[in-house]
Order: sequence, then C-alpha cells, then structure tokens
Amino acid sequence: MKVKTLSRSSDVYLPARNCEVSRLPRNLDPDLHPFERAREYTRALNATKLERVFAAPFVGQLGNGHIDGVYCIARHTRRLNSAASGSGDGVIKYWDLSSKEEVASFTAHRGIVKGLAVTLDGNLLSCGMDNTVKLWDVMETDHSGGPSKTFLGSSGFTGIDHHRSNPIFVTSSNAVQLWDENRSKPTADLSWGADNVNTVRFNQTEQSIIASTGSDRSIVIHDIRSKAPVQKLVTLMRTNAVCWNPIEAFNFAAANEDHNVYLYDMRYLTRSLNVYKDHVSAVMDVDFSPTGQELVTGSYDKTLRIYRVNEGHSRDIYHTKRMQRIFCVRFTMDARYIMSGSDEGNIRVWRAEAAARSNVKSARERSKLEYEATLKERYKNMPEIRRISRHRHLPKPIKTASETKRIELASIKRKEENMRRRSKKGTMPYAKEREKQIIGVAIREVENKV
Amino acid sequence: MSAVETSERIGSTEARTTNGALDILGSIYSRTLTNRNVRIKDRKLRANIKRTDQKYKDAIRAAKSTELLLQEDAGFLEAEGMEKTYKFTQDELLKHVDVTTAHKGFELKLEHFGPYEIDYMRNGRKLLLGGRKGHVAAFDFREGTLDTELHLNETIRDVKYLHNDQYFAVAQKKYVYIYDKSGTEIHCLKKHIEVTNMEFLPYHFLLATVGNAGWLKYQDVSTGEQVCEFRTKMGPTTSMTQNPYNAIIHLGHTNGTVSLWAPNTSTSLVRILSHKGPVRAISVDRGGRYMATAGADAQLKIWDVRMYKEVHAYYTPTPPTALDISDRGLLAVSWGPHVTIWKDAFRTKQKSPYMTHLNPGSIVNDIRFCPFDDVLGFGHDEGFTSLIVPGAGEPNFDALEINPYQTLQQRREAEVHGLLNKLKPEMIALDPNFIGNVDPRAPEERKQALVLETTDETDKKISNADAKLQPKAKMRGKNSALRRYLRKKSKNVIDERKLRVEAALEKEKRMRQNSLKRRKGLPVDERKLGPALARFGKSQ
Repeated sequence: MKVKTLSRSSDVYLPARNCEVSRLPRNLDPDLHPFERAREYTRALNATKLERVFAAPFVGQLGNGHIDGVYCIARHTRRLNSAASGSGDGVIKYWDLSSKEEVASFTAHRGIVKGLAVTLDGNLLSCGMDNTVKLWDVMETDHSGGPSKTFLGSSGFTGIDHHRSNPIFVTSSNAVQLWDENRSKPTADLSWGADNVNTVRFNQTEQSIIASTGSDRSIVIHDIRSKAPVQKLVTLMRTNAVCWNPIEAFNFAAANEDHNVYLYDMRYLTRSLNVYKDHVSAVMDVDFSPTGQELVTGSYDKTLRIYRVNEGHSRDIYHTKRMQRIFCVRFTMDARYIMSGSDEGNIRVWRAEAAARSNVKSARERSKLEYEATLKERYKNMPEIRRISRHRHLPKPIKTASETKRIELASIKRKEENMRRRSKKGTMPYAKEREKQIIGVAIREVENKV
Repeated sequence: MSAVETSERIGSTEARTTNGALDILGSIYSRTLTNRNVRIKDRKLRANIKRTDQKYKDAIRAAKSTELLLQEDAGFLEAEGMEKTYKFTQDELLKHVDVTTAHKGFELKLEHFGPYEIDYMRNGRKLLLGGRKGHVAAFDFREGTLDTELHLNETIRDVKYLHNDQYFAVAQKKYVYIYDKSGTEIHCLKKHIEVTNMEFLPYHFLLATVGNAGWLKYQDVSTGEQVCEFRTKMGPTTSMTQNPYNAIIHLGHTNGTVSLWAPNTSTSLVRILSHKGPVRAISVDRGGRYMATAGADAQLKIWDVRMYKEVHAYYTPTPPTALDISDRGLLAVSWGPHVTIWKDAFRTKQKSPYMTHLNPGSIVNDIRFCPFDDVLGFGHDEGFTSLIVPGAGEPNFDALEINPYQTLQQRREAEVHGLLNKLKPEMIALDPNFIGNVDPRAPEERKQALVLETTDETDKKISNADAKLQPKAKMRGKNSALRRYLRKKSKNVIDERKLRVEAALEKEKRMRQNSLKRRKGLPVDERKLGPALARFGKSQ
C-alpha cells in the first residue's frame, strides 16, 4: 500500500510570534475563485460610488484674494509651491501654495495687470494697460522702491510670455513685440494684421514658436528665428486664449468665444484635431496639464471644466456658489492642482482629480487604488457605473442654459436637414464639426536673406 | 498541480504541447475569447484590442508560473501487486498515515439523538452536527474544542453554517432558527416553515430553504429580508444542493425530476427527469461541470450540467441515501450502512470503486467531504464518523479567498470584505459570466423584447391588483348596418356586396385592435401598403 494524505503543519501557515505577519499562500485556480465577473463588477461599482463620495474638488482659496477681479495667474516654473496673480486694480500678489498664504502684495501698474510671466532666474515680469512692462524680484517682499527694471511701450500691453531658455520675452499690444531683457527697446516686431492682439504664448518645447490671438478673430503662429509671422488662421469667432501642449509640441488648444475649445496642429491648421464642447458661455482661458493628457478651461459661465485630450466632452465640472466669471486657470507644475482666478477677486485651488488625496500612501493602499482604477476602466460602460460616474450636480442656470443650447442646436440641425432634403443632392454638403469654425488659413512666404 | 492533471481537467491534450500559444489558450487560467476573426476598421480600437490581448496572454502566463509556488501536493492511495484500494479498511490506513492525519479519523457515538445531519464550515475547520431528536453540536474537530452544544427538544431536519463559524442555521420542527457560536438563538425565520433542506450561498449571503410544501425561499442573511419565494409545484422536495460555480440551486423531487432555480426567475430554469422514483441526493462538483444524482431506483447517475446530458450511470445494491463530491472530484455515496467512494467517475465509467467503508448496524444519513482536507464525514443513526480518504481535498488553498488558518483579525476582515462585495441575487444565472457581455441583438430587437417583457409584467400586475379598474373591452356596435346586412343575408350566397361588407368589417376590427394595442404600448401590425398596392405585397 502506498498512501499519502494531506497533513499541513500549522507551523508553516501560522505566525510563530504575534508580531509576525501570517503567510497568505495563493492559488489562482479559477475553480477556487468563482463568480469572477460578478465580483469584479461589484467591486467596480463600489469603487465608482466611493469615488463620487470622496469627490471634494475644492481645496481652498489663496489668502484673502484680491480686492478687484483676478485677470492673470503665473505659476513659478522652477518652484512647485509659488505662484503670482495680478488683478484689475494693478496689484500683484505672490502666493505660497503650500500654506495658501500671501507672501507679498504691491501695486505694480496703474489700471489692470494684463499679463504675468516668470523669467529664467525666477523673477516676475508683469505688463499692464499703462504701457509698461515691469520686472520684479520675487525674493524681495517690499517693492516700495519700484521694479528692478521697466520697459516702456507705445500702447497698453495685453499679454506677455517668456522664452523657455533665453532672456527673451514677447508682448502683445497693438503689435506682437519681441524683447530682450537686457535692452529697453523691442528687438523685433512680429505682428501680422491685427489692430489688437489679445494674448501671446511661447511654445515651451519647440522654443522658437509663438502663438498669438488677435481681435480680428485670428490665431497667428510666429517664429523668432526668422523674426516673422508664419501662419494665420481666421475663425468664426474670437479666440480668447491659447495654450501649447507641453508634450506634443506642435499641438495647441485655443479657447474660443463660441463656447468651445479647439485643439489644432500648427502644421495643419485647416482642421482642428478635436473640439471640446460643454461650456455654455465663452471660454476665457485654457491650460494644459504638464502631463499633456488633460486640459482645464475657465469660462464666462462661472464654471471650470476638465477635459481629457482625446475626448470631446468634459470629464469633470467645478463650480461654487460664490465664484464669478473665470478669467484665468492654471495647472500647478505637479499636475495635481488647478488654480482659478475669477471676477470677484478670489484665487481658488482645486484638485485636478476630485477624489484623489495627496497624502503619502502605503504600498497596499496604492495597489488597491490602482486595482480599483483598472476595474473602473474595465466596467465603465456598464449602465449603472456609467450613470454614477457621470452624474454631477450643476447650478440651475448652467443646467437650463445647456438644455436651451441643446434644443437650439437640435433645431438648427433639423432646419438644415430639412433644407438639405429639399435642395438638389450634393448642393448642401455636411459641414465637418472640426472644420466648421475655420474661415481660412494663410501662410506667409518668407523671403530668404542669403 | 502537475501539467498532466491540469490538462485532464479541462479535457484538452493541447495543454501538453510545447507550443506557447496553444499552451496559453488551453490553460485553466484562460477565459473565453471574443471572436478575433472580425476585421476591425478603427485603428485606435484595433491597437487597443491588440494591447488588451497581449495583457491577457501575459496574465495567463504569469498565473501559470505561480504554480511553482504551490506548497502542497495532493494525497493519494495506491495498491501494490494483488491489492485493491477498495479492500483497504480504515484500520489498515490509519497504521500507514502520520499521527496528525490519524487523529482526523474518529467516531462519535451519539446513540440517543440520531440520525445526524452534518455540515462543515467553508474552510474545513469546524463541524456542525444536528441530531434528528434535537441535539446540535458545533466544534473544531481537529483541536477537539467545543463551540456549543444544544438540546432543542425538537425535530431537527438540517443544519447549515452561514458565512463563517459565528452563525449557523438549524431547520427545526416548524421554523428555521439562526444561532450564534455560543448557542444563543438570534433569529427565528417564521416564513420558512417545515424546512427539510437548506443551502447557503456564501457570495450572495443567501440562505435557500425548501420544505415538504415545496416552496423554495431565499433569505438574505445580511439584511434579514426575504428575497423571493417560489412554488415548485412538484410536491415535497427530497434533496437539494447548490452549484458552487453559478449559485444555481438544484432541487430533487419525488417524481424523479431535478429542477434548477435562480432567484430572478419564478419558474425553474431547467428540469431534468433523472430517476424512476424520488431523487434522494444530488451533488455538483466544484467547477460546475458534473452533477451526480441518486434516486430511490438504486441508480447513481452522472450528468454533464453544461449540456444536461447523462454521462454514466452506476448502481447501488440498495437505494442510496446521501451523496457528495469532493474538491478534487471524488464521489462518495452512501447506501444503507455502506459508504462507497468513486474516483474519476465522471469522465470515464469506473469498474470498481476507489474506497469502501461499512458502518455496521447504523444507516448513513448525511455525508460530506471536509473542504481542504482528506477527510470524509458522515452522520448516521448512532452518531458521526470521520474517515480518511487520501486524495479528496484541495491541497493548496488561497488565503485571500478561504483561509483554513485565518486569525481572528483576518476573519473579521474577510467578513467586512464579503459584505462589501456581496453579489446581488439578480446576478445568479446559468452562465455566471453574463455580466458585461454585449447583447448581439440589434438595438430595435432588444428594445422590442424589453417592451414586451415590461408590458407583460405590468399587464399581469394590473390584472392581479385591480382588475375592476381596467376598462373593459365592450362589444360595442354589435348591431351596425353592415352586420345587420350580413345577418339578414342568407349564409351560402356570396355576391360582390357581401364581399365588400366583409372586407369593411375586417378593416374595422383591425383598427379597433390596433387602437387597443396602442393604448397598451404594444407594437402594432400596420400594413405599410395601401389597399391598392396590398395585393402585390406578401399575403398576410
């Protein structure tokens, strides 16, 4: 007789001492793990519910905010916890983001501060409607002695941005001007056409490229190597802000007056890559996450929306009762928080992921979160999970406005369809959603100076 | 577990080949694949699916490689020379096994309260005994420590552990009672009357009971609510078991049928006529592949539950009384005072049993394999006996699923997790993986089916609840001019006018029916073609 029976030694499986952890042997045989699908689904559902339970996007506001509305925010490019903001009464404030406290506050301009930019050595450039660009030392908290440098222009400035690695900055006013930090006069004029240029942004990756938006509903791409504009795109309505994708250097997002944000490829401006819909009023500012995967928009409808780059509708909407029209939004450099400046003078800090928490997590906690994220992704199309994960409370004006907008658009579509049905075949082709807003594109011939 | 055993279980020879791709697809860890032959046009989707496929293959490979880490090997019993395994007695076996195993073979003499019903806890640590005459005992049979012992002075028909050793249910003379570990009566389930059999679905926290009246009732033990109750309409239920793979309840009836039940369907899902006489016992194997039924006609039949086909039939000299299948597929059947254990009895018809045991003078009443151990316990007229059956138990447990060595802390944690991940009763279906599957029907067809389903249900509800409030379909216009004309006209005369009148009446009737259907929200059969063109269309 040959016989062997199971006889497990409890010494192997039970901890010898109290302080030891007990062994957890695994056996992945599916027979030992029945109802795999149902259990995964239940977990995914619970995780989705918990995500909505823990969603608390609002972190707080910075200090006591400004007295006037906040119209520009600059994040420090080399320090995570620093930011500056400029308001309508000409005051600039430095902020310490970790304590949410004000570091310095001073009157920089007469009238509104229209733009802020951070220089290579971490100092702050500000521009205002008082025809000046001023350079401020951020290490100082007392600015009663005035700026360390002042650049004089011929008209009020509307925007400013600094080069990534050279001491060059660009301003927009009635022209797009290139400045050297060490000279008092602009080194080049890059303007093309527009009477008024609204904003200007340097590409941070492809560093010689600048995008500017003009009041003639144009977006112009400039190159500082040839010191000339290169391409011009004219759209149906005005563009309020542009932002370059930090990862895909040739793509930029443009916040439009027609409630949408458009993603363009600068090499191929005849159609947009994506249209981000959902806002019910003009989009005032747009900013890419430093990861290049998401973008945040601030709108005149008093809400903030977060979009995934390859999706057309927002994944989240943030709003509070007291927040007014939003004029500027910025991601922080770690992509985890969002700052928004609005008309009533507060700068609010939001979580980029509403349910995420920034505390240090144990390995177990982290693996659980990752597991749940995978489950949510896997079962996201199940009706109940989709309903719960998409549900947001909206302020009534937004809700009614979006409903009205939906009805209006449907009606326009229906009327167009009627016309199409009654007209000769092929005379009324369908307009592509991604090309609708484009009126025309112009490419400037660059004369070769040999 | 060796590769050979694995391939035998899934019934494929491909697993043994060295070809990597086949090896993966034939592995026990593989899942059903979607149709990969469809050419996907969307580039992004194609890339996504390709990536998912790769992940899936990697996961299978990784799961397969964990087999190296399995610590224990399964037990076995082999005969040498002229010996036969079924000739070995327990006394002989006990001489050859180690001391700890030998301790597991024991006998409890409880002559006054039998016959005994038994139940092991899911992790195989605890044993619950219920004597017909009112004796209940819950204890750890390895350590020999008693949790509780009760004398209820009432008939006991079945005992069942709930999700852990803290609670157990006892089917008493009239009601089902729930006791805790210390023997305190916690609940009396007054809706479960004269219950003969109970099953507990651990992932759904459902206690299913059935009694002589033939009502199958599901009770959610976490919320205390009764989920549903169904009339089987087949008289007293003689046996009951659950399919551990899909939580379907199998009931055996006096007329020889086995019916399959789920909480979301009011009728049985499947009915199998399995025996000429009452079905005495049923058991389903762990993977939900085979079912064994024992009938009063002294037959022991093996069924493929996936196809509902009989695979083999064995017989017992006298009608069998109880039946159980172990984790590794050993089949134990008791008849009179005998216990016979069959090995590999499902896939091939065996000529002789694996082991036999005689319990002289006492008829076996209930028989169970102990999970994760090589032990078979049976309750009989005069107590309880535990047998050593080498090769019965699953050698390697998964500590995150069911842990025989769980500590107090782990037990509490497992309870909380179990409740958080409790499955809904609606998730019970013949195919447990239906969740998340795509319905291949066209959207219109699906909607139509849904509408029909809901209207049927609402119609029923309305007719049941307030039939009086429903507007009656009155036979108005009985005496119209057309009808009068038809009535007056002699029946066997057919002329042009009569044909016209008949057609008009027919049209009216159809319109009436359609308007009634529209009111109920049912699909209307409208003829698309007008009267002029209709004759060229398909004849109705």
